[in-house]
Amino acid sequence: MIETSNSIEGLRKNITSGATNARAIAESAVNAAEKLNESLNAFLEIDRAGALKRAESLHDNQGALTGIPVAVKDNICVEGMQTSCGSRILGNYHPPYNATVIERLLSAGAVVMGKTNCDEFAMGSSNENSAFGPVTNPWDITRVPGGSSGGSAAALAAGIVPVALGSDTGGSVRLPASLCGVFGLKPTYGRNSRYGLVAFGSSLDQVGIFARTAVDVAQVLGVIAGRDPHDATTADVPVPDYLAELSNDVKGARLGLPRSLFGKGLDPEVRASVEAAVDVYRDLGAEIVDVELPNAQYSIAVYYIIATAEASSNLARFDGVRYGFRAEDAPALRQMYRKTREEGFGPEVKRRIMLGTYVLSAGYYEAYYGKAQQVRALIKQDFQKAFESCDAIITPTSPTPAFAIGEKVDNPLAMYLNDIYTVTANLAGIPGISVPCGLSSNRLPIGFQLLGANWSEATLLKLAHAYETAQPFTERPPIYAN
Amino acid sequence: MPITEADVEKVAQLAHLEITKEELKIFAPQMSDIVAYVEQLEALDTSNVEPALGGLTPEGEATDAARDDVTMPSLGQKTALAEAPDGAAGHFRVPKVL
Repeated sequence: MIETSNSIEGLRKNITSGATNARAIAESAVNAAEKLNESLNAFLEIDRAGALKRAESLHDNQGALTGIPVAVKDNICVEGMQTSCGSRILGNYHPPYNATVIERLLSAGAVVMGKTNCDEFAMGSSNENSAFGPVTNPWDITRVPGGSSGGSAAALAAGIVPVALGSDTGGSVRLPASLCGVFGLKPTYGRNSRYGLVAFGSSLDQVGIFARTAVDVAQVLGVIAGRDPHDATTADVPVPDYLAELSNDVKGARLGLPRSLFGKGLDPEVRASVEAAVDVYRDLGAEIVDVELPNAQYSIAVYYIIATAEASSNLARFDGVRYGFRAEDAPALRQMYRKTREEGFGPEVKRRIMLGTYVLSAGYYEAYYGKAQQVRALIKQDFQKAFESCDAIITPTSPTPAFAIGEKVDNPLAMYLNDIYTVTANLAGIPGISVPCGLSSNRLPIGFQLLGANWSEATLLKLAHAYETAQPFTERPPIYAN
Repeated sequence: MPITEADVEKVAQLAHLEITKEELKIFAPQMSDIVAYVEQLEALDTSNVEPALGGLTPEGEATDAARDDVTMPSLGQKTALAEAPDGAAGHFRVPKVL
């Protein structure tokens, strides 16, 4: 059996040497996905025929990702496959075009082999809000994989694919990456195109990358990043050669430590693990400097005003007219809208649409949305000031390792607090990466997060690569492909 | 400020959601909790803070979004209607408006 758990670099070597070929790799990935989906529920669609056909059609050296199988979160449009967003309201919707990030992956020779399960419209921290059932964590199937890109993280962790795409609005790539023991990058806002990513919070959303190594993240980012005429918020900032800029030398790098974020609510094992990672960087020659992020404590409050407000507006388009589900037995238009949305959306999506509608409604707009945008400015300023004295900031990614399925479903506010370390990056627009750094005593992955200034992905990847070289994470979960 | 079931009903109407009595009972206290939590922002003095607006670069600048005004290929009528729940004669058909 071909190890699709191999890195991109490893698979490419095996292809160019003739030891294997794109078709065999695609078949292996599809077999693993089909076999493990019963326990993981990570895939909503596995495209065996499409993946094999595509792999057979590739010629050698089509691009950097020739023959590499990729799993894609089911809120990113891939022509010929479904895009349900984990929601009944889109269900079996088949978009007539590719997202720009997909176009770029395909141009580089990648094979999209399936669409992964996620929280409905990417709203959730545990992947329990999917209309098609929760994804389980390959390390312990009684636990959540994290959300909202839980299917992509689980598929990666279980060795089904070497690369997966997700989306990150408040931590939806970094959080599941941490809980599943893989790398997860959220780039700077405007680094990747959002064209073809179904919108949730337009000022926060970015397409992110899951991979097993920082090297692979660098490889894929180089392929998908850059200006896109279809997305006016992509910036005209040059895309560096991320692979060329990787090195293990982090001597003299200044790593900021916001000690105030290591207190209340942080699991002691996570704390110890992240502090050990800080020691690794110190041993590698990095300088550890104290930084303050005084307004970070307000980030969840700011986020759940801005994200819900934007969601209430973005999700107004799902009305049963142009695509997706339409409720039956609604003889008048307004009634059809209301019934379609009532039957099509799940509880968390309804809750967020209503919260967003509430904070934007007449008389409340300034008090909630206006205020949140001001505090968002303060959070941005905190980071600008912190990055004057350091090159990157290190924090935990998640306050705890993976929790039990069902544990927090009845308490939305407790669920929102899982995002405490991740939402600040989306509010500030800065990049962040989650790096696996060990297992808890009950064998659940722990990750730390590196945050950097705008457009500093190369710095973050270099730091992540230095850590993976010094402390390789080679443990495998009980649910695994090979 | 606590959110009552009547508030939730009003908001649901604004959001085109036809929520059930059972949902009202669940959503009202949950939304109250969340709104009470976000109201901690009131304690912060932001009288001199310029708001961070969305849709800009991370540096807070507008992107150069304008392109030449030329016709580009589009989906076309057939493709655009292909996923419609009720497409008819080149249109999206909906129930009666009034």
